[in-house]
Amino acid sequence: MDALLQPFQFEFFRNGTIAAVLVGALCGLIGVYIVLRGMSYIGHGLSHAIFGGAVVAFVMTWNFYVGAGLWGFIAALLINQTVRRTKINADAAIGVITTASFAIGVALISRYRRFTRSFDAALFGNILGVSTQDVLVVAGVTLMAAAIIFFLYKQLLFTTFDSEVAQIYGVKTEWVDTLFALVLAAALIASMQILGVTLIAAALVIPAITARLMTDSFNRMILLSTLIGALTGFVGMYLSYHVDVASGATIVLLQATLFGIVLTITSLQKRAARRLIHTHV
Amino acid sequence: MQPLVEVNDVTFGYGAEPVLEDICLHLHPGQFAALVGPSGAGKTSLLKLILGTLQPTRGEICIHGEALNGRPAPCVGYVPQLETVDWRFPVTVEQVVLMGRVRRSGMWPWPSAEDKERVRAVLEQLGIPDLAGRHIRDLSGGQQQRVFLARALIAEPDLLVLDEPTTGVDMRTAENVMHMLADLNQQGMTILLTTHDLNAAAAHLPWVICLNRRVIAQGAPDDVFTVETLNETYQGDMLVIHQDGMLFVQQKPHSHSYHDLMPSPVPGEVPSKLVEAKDGRFASTLSI
Repeated sequence: MDALLQPFQFEFFRNGTIAAVLVGALCGLIGVYIVLRGMSYIGHGLSHAIFGGAVVAFVMTWNFYVGAGLWGFIAALLINQTVRRTKINADAAIGVITTASFAIGVALISRYRRFTRSFDAALFGNILGVSTQDVLVVAGVTLMAAAIIFFLYKQLLFTTFDSEVAQIYGVKTEWVDTLFALVLAAALIASMQILGVTLIAAALVIPAITARLMTDSFNRMILLSTLIGALTGFVGMYLSYHVDVASGATIVLLQATLFGIVLTITSLQKRAARRLIHTHV
Repeated sequence: MQPLVEVNDVTFGYGAEPVLEDICLHLHPGQFAALVGPSGAGKTSLLKLILGTLQPTRGEICIHGEALNGRPAPCVGYVPQLETVDWRFPVTVEQVVLMGRVRRSGMWPWPSAEDKERVRAVLEQLGIPDLAGRHIRDLSGGQQQRVFLARALIAEPDLLVLDEPTTGVDMRTAENVMHMLADLNQQGMTILLTTHDLNAAAAHLPWVICLNRRVIAQGAPDDVFTVETLNETYQGDMLVIHQDGMLFVQQKPHSHSYHDLMPSPVPGEVPSKLVEAKDGRFASTLSI
């Protein structure tokens, strides 16, 4: 028993676990909207854009959260407006804006080689570096995202289902989109320390598609996806301590495994149901 | 009488070339009207202008005498084309219908008791009371059309706008949809729809508007569906037949048959056991 609880004696592990559970739940929650709107790529792109913002913030000695946050939010708005006002498709707009932003970060790093800070953590996630302040930020962002989604639930659902028709029915879709972009940018920044730029997209997408396989109801999909995110965050952290593998990678691999299992079970169920129909006809 | 919808000298275009030019229309409370015209005539654009999601380049659109000026039209229920719906989206019938209450229901994410009661009532009214818990993909074409009609009705609109409600469903379902709309109209609902089915429009609607960039004609089907108007609207060779008090519109049959287009078509063959059954429907193979 002591061996099982052993890692919780360390403050860094307790902080990391709380952060991983919150980040898992947060990404699971907003991932539902990302997946259903076909925006998976934007999560991936924005996290790279924010990396650029983080480097700029570091060079200019701004606060990391403010710099990266503003940068991510502006990138999200730029993508939105480019798609709304031009003939350019979303995937191409994301490709241009976020990759250019990432490149700014890379360019700055290569120009100012005297960095004392390692950006490995931002790229691949580093749970050991999670401070109490980071945990508070993650908790704050999770609370904010939950509150916004709670009070905008109906508007968000309608906008996600059919944005144009939602507008006709009186939903202020432009506001809903802007607020959601804000939530997404905040979530990505909060997750960056834990999961790393390169793994965030997976944490956004996998719990949501796993939940989608399990239910046809939107409400249940939201609950399941959030739960899966939180649970894999917790178990992933714990496993990563014992097998000594990077925490972000462990969490994502765990989620991918869970997805594989659910996919197998649901396909088998479908096949069994089909066979049942055939034998009864 | 104050018209419910006024389209005053509206011109609209996405680029330099106008899609709609000098459109003048009035729709009075209780009217049941169809917009007809070929693909690309601007039907959907005109609907979107009336709904307020597109803004006219010139002219203005008034609902209840008030100009829209870029706001979405108030008190309108909209039923989109079925093919624009994402059928894989995880929502049940009840969840879709509840979307129609978005303007009127409270801030909580869950539906109120009143919301639920209204969903039950509108599904009952449309004859699909048992479908509330179903996923939208698990419905027939007619049921799908009713679900989206229910979403429009639950918003308690003054005007119902439908984009091609008879496209993509079979002939019997299309007929049912038209009768359902006629019933709603008899209960006082003002309805505007677009359709490609001129015969259904002639049989069910008291008012039709022929559109091809401009309004070619508007009025009762008997007055509007003439060879001249339809030829101008469809840029084709149309045939109008009056028979047994009904009006039939058809593109003029060609003076050729498939033989002229395909001198030696690949013949089909009826399975021999069907021919041997001496059933008149399975006469023989194609003789060339």
